[in-house]
Amino acid sequence: MFLETKHLTKQFGGLVAVNNVDFSIEKGKINAIIGPNGAGKSTFFNIISGLHPSSSGQVIFKGKDITKLPSNKIAKLGVARTFQTTHLFEQSTVLDNVIVGHRLRTKSNLLDAVLRTKRFWTEEQKCREKAIEVLDFVGLTHAAHKMADSITQEEKKRVAFALALATDPEVVFLDEPAAGINPDETEGLALLMEKMVQKGITVCLIEHKMQMIMKISDKIMVLNHGEKIAEGTPEEIMGNQTVIEAYLGGSVSA
Amino acid sequence: MQAFLNQKTITAAFILLAVAFPILTQNNYFIYIVTLSFIWMIGVYGLNLLAGYTGYLSLAHAGFFAVGAYSLGILTVKAGINYWAALVLACLITSFIGLLIGLIALRTKEHFFAIYTLCVGYILYLVIYNWESITGGVRGLIGIPAPSNIGPISFQNPLSQYYLVLFFLLFTILMMYRIVHSLSGRTFIAIRNSEELAQTIGISTMKNKLVVLVLSTFFAGLAGALYASFIRFIGPDIGYITITFDLLMYLLVGGIGTLAGPIVGTLLLVWVSQYLQFLQDYRMLIFGPLLTLIIIFYPRGIVGAIYSWKMKLGKKAKRTSDRGKSSGHDKGTGSMAEKKVEEG
Ligand SMILES: Nc1ncnc2c1ncn2[C@@H]1O[C@H](COP(=O)(O)OP(=O)(O)OP(=O)(O)O)[C@@H](O)[C@H]1O
Ligand SMILES: [Mg+2]
Repeated sequence: MFLETKHLTKQFGGLVAVNNVDFSIEKGKINAIIGPNGAGKSTFFNIISGLHPSSSGQVIFKGKDITKLPSNKIAKLGVARTFQTTHLFEQSTVLDNVIVGHRLRTKSNLLDAVLRTKRFWTEEQKCREKAIEVLDFVGLTHAAHKMADSITQEEKKRVAFALALATDPEVVFLDEPAAGINPDETEGLALLMEKMVQKGITVCLIEHKMQMIMKISDKIMVLNHGEKIAEGTPEEIMGNQTVIEAYLGGSVSA
Repeated sequence: MQAFLNQKTITAAFILLAVAFPILTQNNYFIYIVTLSFIWMIGVYGLNLLAGYTGYLSLAHAGFFAVGAYSLGILTVKAGINYWAALVLACLITSFIGLLIGLIALRTKEHFFAIYTLCVGYILYLVIYNWESITGGVRGLIGIPAPSNIGPISFQNPLSQYYLVLFFLLFTILMMYRIVHSLSGRTFIAIRNSEELAQTIGISTMKNKLVVLVLSTFFAGLAGALYASFIRFIGPDIGYITITFDLLMYLLVGGIGTLAGPIVGTLLLVWVSQYLQFLQDYRMLIFGPLLTLIIIFYPRGIVGAIYSWKMKLGKKAKRTSDRGKSSGHDKGTGSMAEKKVEEG
């Protein structure tokens, strides 16, 4: 088993945001999580990436229980993520935004910085090369020296991908990567996710854009009110009565 | 490339001017004021690393400044320790206290951190004020020695003290430059940008914030210790909140999160204060609105404003030159952008 959650539960006071979810992410595949607004999708990501402690249940990554690990340690194990809203440092270039992404694979400390040691120079170079490499991978070489506040929304999404990729992950969790961008751009991001899988990186994404999800995912889990109501291939999900009801019910009450 | 040269020239010019200044003025009062400004700058740089680059606004820095000053005073006057050893110890004591306070204070964020450290600063002040047997209480400490001789060099006169303080200021700036332009510096900036994001790219935010706080208080302590040996008398008021606000004002006006900001802000405000001294505390009536305007219109202070202005000029220049040739334009923006990051 690559990455799995067992009876994962998260309560915020009286609200059960994630309720007893068992899910396994398949290595080398595109795994998707869908569900109405407030279903607990982002919360599910937050627990896996260690930002929120779980109320109960476990997260197992490559046979290791990572439930209680802090998020920076989880990142070092090879689990990366992006956020629903991008947090780029706008007063800086795209390249500078991404360089720090490889920091976790370096050892140089303040003393190296102050003394400008050999390790300092090699690692600065290493991080810069990594950033150039991942920017090339996401197709942003042309924008590397632009200020982050001057690029398009779609480019910002790609920078967020690049930053996650700079950590040398085995699996990336993408929270609504295609939100707020047009259909053509969505197509481009879908291709990029497929490219990531080809490179050997497992993808798990949250998305509301059904067309895209149905096209690219190998496996889908549906959350509703924190509970897993269905899991399966796109065909299975499309024909699933509970899912259709959850979505219809959701839109009626919304 | 041009931008890079520019920065080097400015740095060289600043150093040259600073070195030549006493010879140029020959005025002991001016030398005194500038020496004092240099001391403040060291403290402002310390504050800048924490508040500007890491995003944690400490309002306890006058307290740390006073801890540095009193440590030096007590170690030299009461314990009779050699000046230079006392100077090193004063910085270490301040950063150690910074470490202890940081372990608790850094569990809070944003305005809670600011309020928490405001209280910490006040407590440090109260301790100094009330611990009479050690600190001399409200009467303060007198007879703090000037720095002792290093070989043939004596630090008894204002001129040599000026150069000594300048030396420490340049040392501080060099440290800051190297820290900011390193993976460590990028790590701090990542924390300022978004702590959650920083964590998910593998940064131990607590460890890094503690390191910054310790460093930041180290420089506050250094400034305090130099102050004590320069003024030769200290009272508890150097740890009072108003000093924190002075430091903060210098930083905000000059440019928070920029490398040149502390110099520009301190020089400008100390100089202006000299002319407004007759107003006493009423000068805040001028500084208050001025500060508000700067924060609203130039959140990165004077230095930040100059940068965005330069960026705009750079873009214009780029656009006009692009009409001729289309290649090479990437490099133009690249160097401009890099330069901005270097400063910021
Ligand atoms: N930090 C928090 N504290 C309290 N409640 C929270 C917190 N984070 C999320 N919630 C609640 O948990 C529920 C699930 O939220 P979550 O953000 O996981 O939904 P989501 O499926 O990602 O929705 P969306 O599609 O709108 O992004 C919501 O009711 C939300 O209000
Ligand atoms: Mg969400």
